[in-house]
Amino acid sequence: MSIGAIPSRYRIRIDRDQCMLCERCIESCPYGVFRKNGETIHVDSRKCTACHRCIAMCPRDAISLLEHPIDYRSHPIWTREVRESIYNQARTGKIILAGMGNAQPLPAIFDRLLLDACQVTNPSIDPLREPMELRTYIGKKPSRLEIRRTPEGDLDLVTELAPNLEAETPILIAHMSYGAISLNAQKSLAMAATEVKTFMGTGEGGLHPALYPYQDRMIVQVASGRFGVDINYLERGAAIEIKIGQGAKPGIGGHLPGEKVDADVSATRMIPVGSDAISPAPHHDIYSIEDLKQLVRGLKEATEWKKPVFVKIAAVHNVAAIAAGIARSSADAVVVDGFRGGTGAAPRVFRDQVGLPIEAAIAAVDQKLRDQGIRNEVSLIASGGIRESADVAKAIALGADAIYIGTASLVAMGCRVCGNCYRGLCPWGIATQREDLTARLDPREGSVLVSNLIHAWTLELSELMGAAGINSIESLRGNRDRLRGYMLDEGILKVLDVKPVGA
Amino acid sequence: MCGIIGVIDRRKEPMDGLRIKKALSQMNERGSGEGAGYAVYGVYPEYKDYYALHVFFNNIHETKDALDATLEQWGRIVHDEEIPTYEQPNLRKTHTPWRYFFKPDKKLMAWSKSPEDDIVTYLVMKINAERKGSLVFSSGKNIGVFKASGWPEDVANFYRIEDYAGYLWLGHNRYPTNTPGWWGGAHPFNLLGWSVVHNGEITSYGTNRRYIESFGYQCTMYTDTEVVAYLIDLLVRKHGLSEELAVKALAPPFWDEIDIMAPRQKMVAKALRLAYGSALMNGPFAIVVANQESMVGFTDRIKLRPLVGGTCGNRVFVSSEEAAIRAMEPDIEHVYMPRAGEPIIGKVIP
Amino acid sequence: MTIDANGMNYTELNTRLRAAVAQGIDEVVVNNVLGQRFIADGLKGNIRITLNGVPGGDLGMFMSGPTCIVHGNCEHAPGNTMDGGSIIIHGSAGDAVAHSMRGGKVFVREDIGYRGGIHMKEYQEKRPILVVGGTARAFLGEYMAGGLIIVLGKNDGEPVSERGIGSGIHGGEIYIRGNVQERYLGTGAAIQPYSAEHRDRIAPIVQEFSKALGMDPQPFLDAEFTRICPMSSRPFAGKYTWE
Repeated sequence: MSIGAIPSRYRIRIDRDQCMLCERCIESCPYGVFRKNGETIHVDSRKCTACHRCIAMCPRDAISLLEHPIDYRSHPIWTREVRESIYNQARTGKIILAGMGNAQPLPAIFDRLLLDACQVTNPSIDPLREPMELRTYIGKKPSRLEIRRTPEGDLDLVTELAPNLEAETPILIAHMSYGAISLNAQKSLAMAATEVKTFMGTGEGGLHPALYPYQDRMIVQVASGRFGVDINYLERGAAIEIKIGQGAKPGIGGHLPGEKVDADVSATRMIPVGSDAISPAPHHDIYSIEDLKQLVRGLKEATEWKKPVFVKIAAVHNVAAIAAGIARSSADAVVVDGFRGGTGAAPRVFRDQVGLPIEAAIAAVDQKLRDQGIRNEVSLIASGGIRESADVAKAIALGADAIYIGTASLVAMGCRVCGNCYRGLCPWGIATQREDLTARLDPREGSVLVSNLIHAWTLELSELMGAAGINSIESLRGNRDRLRGYMLDEGILKVLDVKPVGA
Repeated sequence: MCGIIGVIDRRKEPMDGLRIKKALSQMNERGSGEGAGYAVYGVYPEYKDYYALHVFFNNIHETKDALDATLEQWGRIVHDEEIPTYEQPNLRKTHTPWRYFFKPDKKLMAWSKSPEDDIVTYLVMKINAERKGSLVFSSGKNIGVFKASGWPEDVANFYRIEDYAGYLWLGHNRYPTNTPGWWGGAHPFNLLGWSVVHNGEITSYGTNRRYIESFGYQCTMYTDTEVVAYLIDLLVRKHGLSEELAVKALAPPFWDEIDIMAPRQKMVAKALRLAYGSALMNGPFAIVVANQESMVGFTDRIKLRPLVGGTCGNRVFVSSEEAAIRAMEPDIEHVYMPRAGEPIIGKVIP
Repeated sequence: MTIDANGMNYTELNTRLRAAVAQGIDEVVVNNVLGQRFIADGLKGNIRITLNGVPGGDLGMFMSGPTCIVHGNCEHAPGNTMDGGSIIIHGSAGDAVAHSMRGGKVFVREDIGYRGGIHMKEYQEKRPILVVGGTARAFLGEYMAGGLIIVLGKNDGEPVSERGIGSGIHGGEIYIRGNVQERYLGTGAAIQPYSAEHRDRIAPIVQEFSKALGMDPQPFLDAEFTRICPMSSRPFAGKYTWE
């Protein structure tokens, strides 16, 4: 080939003085970086994905990894990534597939928003000693109430309350399907959601019987492929979510390759073994907003109006108006997924170039719903790029009712964000169906890791609220007065309706 | 910090302003001399059917004609005059207080269930938001708010508050934190029949403000207190909740308390939190809210600000300090401290 | 010596009290007390001050030695950071009674408000005591680091029926007459057995309280108490992890 070899992305080195030839690295690496050659371990760095499994398993800390060991001539426009994409596509003539979230080096708006705290004029609250309420209800809220006084003097609620999910934290676990991730990963998440009294999404891969014990904590998804959807599935879930789009790849569908559809995945998705599972770009019964209403109501009718129905969309330019349309569709919550949302596989050009930051989307949607007087009609769940508890606090202060974490929950189980999920060889047993690899993830241990994370974030969130003199999450929601923008331009401050620092 | 006080005579016997002046000054330790004020109900019996609009003019010549024209567009000015004031050495008269007795023209908001109230609310919001040198700080029927920047006794003497009488009084001694001590920022805040005095800081102000603004109210006073008047107006006047339930919505029980309530009670408590989560007021506060029929005092959910209640004959008192109540009524019969979020209510006997 | 406090500012009142101590006067009666804050603030000595009326907040703040007897109610925080001496209140008191008190005694015949005894602490021979004849509101003994709180509940009903008792307590103990519902306990507080040893420990204090306030101690001495103590002296040690 005239292009020749492009520089290796990573370089793995073994400290030969430390190495005791235990061969754990060879066992760890499904990509084949290591092999035994006589009395030494031979390394093929070119195969490395920087998943760190070998490093994590090496008992002697003998392995080191260097990213970009070979420099290109530096250039601000013709970056390494641009050049390597061109080489790749010149060779193959294909669309570049990528994993995890947006990899563009754009600043996160969250990092440029600062939170408030009390000094003197009111007391901060110590959340460990005084009540701190993070309980979050997701669903329609009445805009006003009718309450009757009975002849005996008791109060009677006349208004009927719509079904709501009751979570003890505003942190929910996002939809990641069985197929995209392993059953052990789903089990870990489900057990964690049950433990911390929150909810998790099934993704569109159906509901495996092993997850039935946790079904009261599961939001079942109905996506364009309708995999695994039957009345039994709908009835098991605590809520139902219609997925229109996702932040990592707005406007396009999904594709689970046939080789990942083993017997178990096939049963759960209700398709033949080895068949490709294709999710079309749109729902083919939704070509307009009134069709969405029909699907929402169809799902409610099927489940006797007992379950909240959510609608998930990617944050696109007109997200606020779309969300307002969804709020009028009888849906109980709208999920907005920002352009940093993760994925197992997406065309790189979509992952990196399409959509909006979640921060702007929350602000725009919340304001639009208020302007139209329909904010209580739907809850707003934000997802896509929530990395720490401060992001949660900021998302809620901008106007979200709750947030979904996806990538963060996987990182809690060991994921190193190597971005090779689509290869199905995840050395951490997460984004894979290969039995020897999935066995690496013990659901019990995994669930402790994930529940620890949500617990710790919830604690940090309550500390942040306490410092701001707020003891109930309702009082943080939409409280943009408690945010200030730092190094954000006037335009974005206006969209966020946040004052600059010092103002 | 701030000191607050309220008294209602349930038989509507008038009380002059002398005692409340004394009581408010009793709490000077709680103020800073940058704002004080009084609200009095039943003050204009001869004009009781007209909206009494109290206005601060920056100056008369530039602004009054415009305001007159606006009012005349929407109704009839029955009478107007400068509110008499008396020079005080420690009070700088930066505004000219004026009062109008105004009759809105119902036909102009024929679609509304309460056209007169809605016209007046609209006018108050519009005039105050425009900031053209006039600020309406009191707009109820037979109600007057008298306030300024200064110590309570100076403000009282500036208006000769003892010359006014009414069956319900609120008083406020201000120690401003979030906004400077300007006249518009002094309490009581009033809209139509509602008046509010407030001690503390509402940490949920941003949430409350964005909630109330989606119902057409506009927060124009640079302070967290006005939002309380609008929230009460929304919950009680527009949504028809009783005062008790409105207080329950603004300072609700905790979820763990709701969880163990009897089913019926629980449904009501839960529904209030779901519907009015954005109206929940957080942070330390003690508040007294009044309208023509009643006076309600309450604190935040974890009682971060003091509040004392008292009764004497037909009179119900509420204040930040017992000493202030005793200054007003030395023979007070029953003095007590309510629980967090538990209202002290005084209602007119029908 | 008698002082008429009618219309008197607290600074003047305290100046006169300090002068009385300097002159060796050991008994002062102050009449017409109404809302004066900081009475006996930082006052040392063995003077006995009788206050007729309603003193303002922070009565006996930083006080070290004197006795204040109040015939009336008190506002917030009598005994705030008090070092020694006693405050005896023939009435009720507001929130944060005995806040951060380090020594001496505060006796309240009737009820107290929220956060009574918050962050009371003991060191060596100094052990503050708060006794309440009636009831106490939420967050009684919050952050308590030492000392003793006794709630006698002389009237009907539960003496404490609100949340957060001993929330964050890491020293000292709280005795509440009768049973206390578990759900009212705050984080880090635990009910411990109440035995003869504890009865003996509180008996002299109950007797002193009853004598000071002219009450019959016998019903209190006969009653059962719930004893609430810290689970650990470091209740929140497990909260953090290193970066």
